Order: sequence, then C-alpha cells, then structure tokens
Amino acid sequence: MTECRRLDVESAAWLRDLGSTGAQREDALVRLHELLLRIARGELGRRSARQRQVTGPELDDLAHQAAADALLAITAKLGQFRGESRFTTWAYRFVILEVSTKLGRHFWQRPTVALAAEDWDRLPDRFGMSPDEQAQWHGLVVALRQAVDQELTERQRLVFAAIVLHGVPLDALVIELGSTRNAIYKTMFDARRKLRAALAAKGYLSAGDPGEVTTDIGTGRRT
Amino acid sequence: MTGWSGLDRFLQTDPRDVGCEQAMQLLHVYVDLVLDHLTSAEAARRYPGVAAHFAACGPCNDDYEGLLIAAGASRP
Repeated sequence: MTECRRLDVESAAWLRDLGSTGAQREDALVRLHELLLRIARGELGRRSARQRQVTGPELDDLAHQAAADALLAITAKLGQFRGESRFTTWAYRFVILEVSTKLGRHFWQRPTVALAAEDWDRLPDRFGMSPDEQAQWHGLVVALRQAVDQELTERQRLVFAAIVLHGVPLDALVIELGSTRNAIYKTMFDARRKLRAALAAKGYLSAGDPGEVTTDIGTGRRT
Repeated sequence: MTGWSGLDRFLQTDPRDVGCEQAMQLLHVYVDLVLDHLTSAEAARRYPGVAAHFAACGPCNDDYEGLLIAAGASRP
C-alpha cells in the first residue's frame, strides 16, 4: 500500500504541461525527452563501465532508443501517475527500465553461450574458489552438481546453468526464453532454496537463516 | 570472502522477498523515500520485502541504483 504525497510544484507543472495541447505540450515533450536522453546516456555509461557491453556510437544509439521508448510509455501512461512520488522519479523509472531491456537484447548480438550446455569448470571461478583450496571445496561442488541434477526441474537447471555457469545476465535470459524478469527470478529463487536444502541435508551448509541476504543474481557480475 | 561463503550467500533466500514485479512497481516510491530521508532505513522499514529483493536481485538492484542516481541528481 502506498501513500499519495502532496504534489510538489514541479510535478504539478509537468502534469499541466503534458496534459495541455499545442505548443505548451510540444515544449514539455521536448524538455522531457532531453532529460530522458541525458539519463539514458548516464545509465548506459554507468553500466557499460562495469560490464563493457556497449561503447561508442552504439551506446548513444541505445540511449536514443531508450529515451524515445520511455517517452512513448510515459505519455501513454500519464493518467496512471498517482502522485506517490515526484513526477520526474516516476518518469525516470521508465527510461531506467528501458535501458535494462535494451542491454538484455544487446547481449545476444554477440552470443557466446550455448544455453543447453553446462560448463561446471567455471563454477569455482564464478564464486572465487581458489585452485589452492580445491581440497576444501571439491566435495561441495560435487554435491552441488548432484543436487542440480537430482533436485531441480529441467527449467530450473536451464536457468541455473545460464546464470551461474555461463554468467548470462538475467535480463538477457528473459529475452532469449521469451519470459519475464519476475518469472526467471522466481525460477532461480526456488532453485536456490532446493539446492540449499540439499546441501544442508548433507552437512555442507546450514539450513539457512533468512536474515541479511546479499546475493548478486543475474547481472553477470561475480559475487 | 571465500568461495564457500560466496556460494553459501548465493543460495540464501529471504521469504520476505517480494520478487521483481512488485519491486519494480514500487521502485519510484522507494527511491523517493530514500532521497527524502537521506538513508534507505525508512524505505526498508516501510517496504521490507522490496529491500530484501534489492539485496538479492542484481538486475533490480541495478535499476534501483540507477534511478537513485538519476532522481537524486535532479533534486535541488
């Protein structure tokens, strides 16, 4: 349940201008597009600096696409703005989500992953397991692989392999499987719970305290 | 962090986690609360399931951080 805030002056002005007609509306659309483009560029730059997915003119092209699509969505959904946040925060959300979707699509322009394959050799590196400590973690990895084979459904194995073994970003997997971020996350959530229970039953991990959880699922980053 | 503890954390799930859909519906509200209070404590208190989700979901946390930067930059 969210509360409606008292509409601030700036938000009220945006609503008035975007809800008007003629030159007043056109001017507001131009101003909003400029803001969205600036944010798309900044956000793509922030993510690309880390993931090195997109650079140069390609990055600017994606920024223009994200800003244009966000502007369309905002004008179409203007009536859904309920004043729960500042108007600009609500509007910027659209362009941030567009950036995520566009980067997910962009991943497959240079596909290097065969989703059906399982490359278990990558797992130790994925979790920073040192070869020097192999004697300590070898049993855990064997037990994990066994649990993946025996406890997970086919769909859960596919998602686990893509995200954990191949480092496919979750948003890219969404595109490839024609699914939603929420559905893929839920599949992975259930898989993680099953795997933890299986490893706990064998004494490798504790049953799990749901206190502070800091995981990084599906950005392609290492934890 | 050892590889063992990394895997341990990766396999932890929080039952309060609301999932991506609900977290994204509340993203702008959550971000404004953080900016209003200059800390995430109040937002996490009001929406513990969203906070739990951002702690566990890399893509949604990326969106949260991105919106926080964008909206924060436009504040006077």
